[in-house]
Parts: sequence; structure tokens; C-alpha cells
Amino acid sequence: MATVARADVVPATVASRRASAGLWTNAWYSLRRDRLTMGAAALLLLLAASAIAAPLFAQYVFHTSFEEQDLLHIYAKPTFDPPAYMLGADEIGRSQVVRLLYGGQVSLFIGFVAALMNLTLGVGLGLLAGYMRGAVDDLITWFITTLNSIPIIFLLLLITSLFQPGALTLTLIIGVLFWTGVTNFVRGQTFALREREFITAARTIGAATPRILMRHILPNVLPLIFVLAAIDIGSIILAESALSYLGLGVLPPTPSWGNMLSNAQSYATRAPWLVVAPGAMIFLTVLCLYLIGDGLRDALDPRLKAS
Amino acid sequence: MRKYIIRRVLYAIPTLLGISVIVFAISRLAPGDPVRLYTFGATNITEEDIAALRHFYGLDQPLPIQYVTWLMNMLRGDFGKSLQYNQPAFALLMERLPATLQLAVLALVLQVGIGVPLGVIAALNRGGWVDNAVRFFGVVGHAIPQFWIGLLLIVLFAVNLHWLPSQGLLTIGKDVWDIPDRLKHILLPAFVLALAGVANYSRYLRTETLDVIAQDYVRTARAKGLRERTVVYVHALRNALIPVVTALGGILAALVSGALIVEQVFTWPGVGQLTYAAVRGKDYPLIMAGVMFASTMLVISYLLRDLAYARVDPRIKV
Repeated sequence: MATVARADVVPATVASRRASAGLWTNAWYSLRRDRLTMGAAALLLLLAASAIAAPLFAQYVFHTSFEEQDLLHIYAKPTFDPPAYMLGADEIGRSQVVRLLYGGQVSLFIGFVAALMNLTLGVGLGLLAGYMRGAVDDLITWFITTLNSIPIIFLLLLITSLFQPGALTLTLIIGVLFWTGVTNFVRGQTFALREREFITAARTIGAATPRILMRHILPNVLPLIFVLAAIDIGSIILAESALSYLGLGVLPPTPSWGNMLSNAQSYATRAPWLVVAPGAMIFLTVLCLYLIGDGLRDALDPRLKAS
Repeated sequence: MRKYIIRRVLYAIPTLLGISVIVFAISRLAPGDPVRLYTFGATNITEEDIAALRHFYGLDQPLPIQYVTWLMNMLRGDFGKSLQYNQPAFALLMERLPATLQLAVLALVLQVGIGVPLGVIAALNRGGWVDNAVRFFGVVGHAIPQFWIGLLLIVLFAVNLHWLPSQGLLTIGKDVWDIPDRLKHILLPAFVLALAGVANYSRYLRTETLDVIAQDYVRTARAKGLRERTVVYVHALRNALIPVVTALGGILAALVSGALIVEQVFTWPGVGQLTYAAVRGKDYPLIMAGVMFASTMLVISYLLRDLAYARVDPRIKV
């Protein structure tokens, strides 16, 4: 791979690059030219970095915490004096910008960790169903059909009504529920791959099933898993924010973008900025993730590249 | 065709059974004794009363027996009794069903009516600014949180402009058949509910139309000297429309889930709002009934989708 990457320096035609360079080199080559995707990635990194640095911002820039109330400044209009109110204050005078930064921590954490769980479960079950076929496949397919037939918000309502939710519980719940899409995709790919000659060849020379799955099938499925991951994280953040908005997800005083909108209806007239900002953060984050997913797909899908 | 219908209906049975097991298992996994919850706040209750209540609700029986009893009751239309309303849960849900159906059906009509033309127009202007705009909207429509866009529209159209009402089915005091009034009320929630599906359909139709107009039979149609309009609308579009039915699967699921959130934002008295109120009130029989009810609606819509698919696409083996 390393020698191939050097080819970037040498002026070469696209055609010769394609013949020599690996999948990732090619993908990176076309991604770099995709300004929309690169912009989305940059913005997402910026959002994530500022969320991670939330305590620093709170202490050194805004000189307040996410729970510090100031009853003299309830519903303060957005102002740069002090900078803590640059996005206004909420119904008990807390700085909205600081709460948004901390809310980002919660939303992004849930999104990434739950997606990691989904992908692990989804890829594992998908490989199993697609390669084993027969009864194993039937069982997994039946379970997916069943799970997909319960409207996801209703299922989440049922579960969260029984357990006291919090950021960690919610991550676990979403992590074990949202894997069906990944499984379906991996299962389909595995189904097609296992009939190919190189798999037969591997089997002929006596490779064991786990080795075939991990060394021969997984690397072929993996690139598009990154596409699914981006979209998965986006959907998880949307679901989490909806649940938190309904008061069944992340509970106050921990700020999350969703629960900051819980009471929005009651102060929408008085402080519309409190309605706009948290939703805009969810929207921007999810939009970036979806755009990255689309961009990755265009860069990685050899079928699209051929056209 | 009849065989296909029967087989498809039979396939729904294991799905429904699986759903019922999941719903039952989750509700029994809950920490805490349900009787303690139901009698919460009662201070003069004795251990004997609790034992009697446990027996009354059948909670002293083994879990499998409880499950079978619950399932059998549901098959007879008895979904249990709501604790808050002290009424049969099924009747309460049926009362709310028309409102949800109105919302979902109008949203579906909007999705197809807006999403399909958008996708086709984008494909026919491939690479142009219309195409780029539609493609961008195809992503944006998915990424907007429904409850947020709902709140923004309420602030804009109801609070600031006073053009449209912000909640409910109709103005209190107006006649039930006052159609213009009802349309005004349903417009915003239906639009919000439709948004993600519009994005979905425009993406789908764009890809499909591009696929289809590259096919040989479309070239043949052009070569025959047919007008471009005939080629597109008669030859290409009919085939591009088949996946519209396939896409319905995910779209229907999103509709049922989305309806709950939209109903909450717009105080729309539907099934979702009732279930949500039950969750807030810890009304477990009603929550379980609501989840079973919504899932059954979804299973039935999947069934209808598959039957429609078999009708539209003759290549399906029946």
C-alpha cells in the first residue's frame, strides 16, 4: 500500500492510477475533489472538537457552567456582553451556548458508541446469516422482520417507560436495537460473495470458516460499512434527540440538544432563539453525517465510478 | 395470485407472534412489582390486599401462562384495561385511530405527489441546478428533526403570522364537517410528517428514472420517432414507478413512528399521542396495547404493500 500511495506524487493519468492504486487510495483521491463532502467532514470535526472542549470553553471563554443559573437574566436576548449570552439565556438564565456545547458531547457520544454496537452486532449477524444460510439465516431474518415491524419510536417508548433512562442506558438500548439495516446489507453482500471463485479457492485449500469470513469476506464488505456507519450515527442522533425532546431520553439537568427543546413550545413566543439553536445543531450534525455517507458511497462504490 | 395472498398472510403470523413475545418480555423485565406501581400512593393497603390483587391480575401465575392468557385475550379483541381511563384499551385506541389515519394518509399522498415529480424532473435535468437542488433536498429532508421543523412552523405560521392554527383537529365549537377548518388544522402536521418521505421518494425516483432511461427499450422508443414526452411518461416512468411500491416499506414504518412525534408537537389526538400519554402516566396495559396496535397497523400495511407489489410487477412469482 505504501508504495502505491507514493504514486500520488508522480503525475499520472486517472486510468493508470486506477489500475495500480488500491481502493482506499482511489477513494481518497476522489474524496479530496468532492468539496461538499470535505466541507461536511470539516464542519463535523469542528462540532465534535468544540463539544469535547466544552469544559475549556465554559471555564475560560464564557466563565460559566452548564448549570449555573442567573435569575436576573432569564430569557436574555443574544448578546456578546457577556459572551456567555451570545446565543441568549434560557428560562432560568443559563447560558445557551455552553449548554449547546455540553449537549453536543451527549449527542455525539450516544451516536458514536451506539453505532459501534450496532455495527458490531450487525456485521457479525449479517456475515453469519449470509454465509451459513439455512436455519441460521431463517432465524435471523425472522428476527429482523419482527423487529422492523415494531415502529421504532413505539418500541423505544415501551422500553424507556420501564427503565429510568439516562445517557448510558439510552446508548445501550439504541445500540442493541438499530442493527437490522446493517445486518440486511452485510447479509446480502455475503450471500453474493460466497459464490465467487476466490471463496471457493480459499475453501479448497482448506481455510476454516472463521478465516474465510474474517480474511476474505469482511474486507470486501468493509468499505461500504463506513457509509452505513455515517448514516447510522445520524439516525441515532435524530432518534435520541426525539426521545429527549419527549422527556424520555437524556434527562435534565444534563443538557442534550433534544431535551433543550422540551419546553420550547411554552416559550416559543418569548425567546424564539431558544427554539432555533438546539434544533439547528441537531440538523447540522445529522446533515454533515448524511453528506459524508453519500460522499463516501460515491467515492467507494466502483459501480458508480465506472460510469 | 390467491395462493400468493394466502402465503403472504400466513407469513404475517410468526411476525405478529414475535412482536407479542418482545412486547410481553420487555414489560415483564421491568424492575419492580406491577401491583406496587398500580397501588402507588395507597397507604392503608395490607399484604393480603396485595396478594389478592396479584391473584386478580393473574400475576401469581408462571410467566408463560400469563403470556398465553394475554395473547388469547388480545385475539378476542381484549387488549386489557387502561389504568388511567378505566376503559378497555382497544376501544380507546380505536377512538383515536381515525385522527392518525387522516394524518398518515394525507402525508403519504403529499409524499408521493411531491416526491415523485421532483425525482423525475431532477433525473430529466441531470447535472443542472434543478437536479442539484433536488439532490440536496433529498439529504436535507432526512436530516431535519421532525419535532424541530414542527416547532419552527408553529412559531412562524401560528404565532407570528396567525395564518394557521397550531394544534388540534378542528376549532372547538365548529362543526365536525367543517372541511376548510379541518384542512387548515391538518396542513402543518401532515406537511411535517411528509417531509422525510418526500426526500426519500425524490431520491428513489431520480435514481430509478436515470436507470430506466438508459435502457434499450427507451432507446427503441426514441428510435421509433416517438415524442420525448411519450417516451418519458408512457415508456420510462411506468417502469421507474415500480420501486415506489418497494420504497413504501421503510416509508410506512417512518410514518407510524413519525406520527407519534408529530402528534405530540401539534397536540393531534391520535394513537401516538394516546400511547405517549400512557407512557407518562405509567399506564402499562395501555402502553402494551398501543405498541401492539401500532405494530399490527405496520404489519398490515406491509402486507398491503406486498400485495400491491405483486400486482404492479408481473415478474413477481405468484
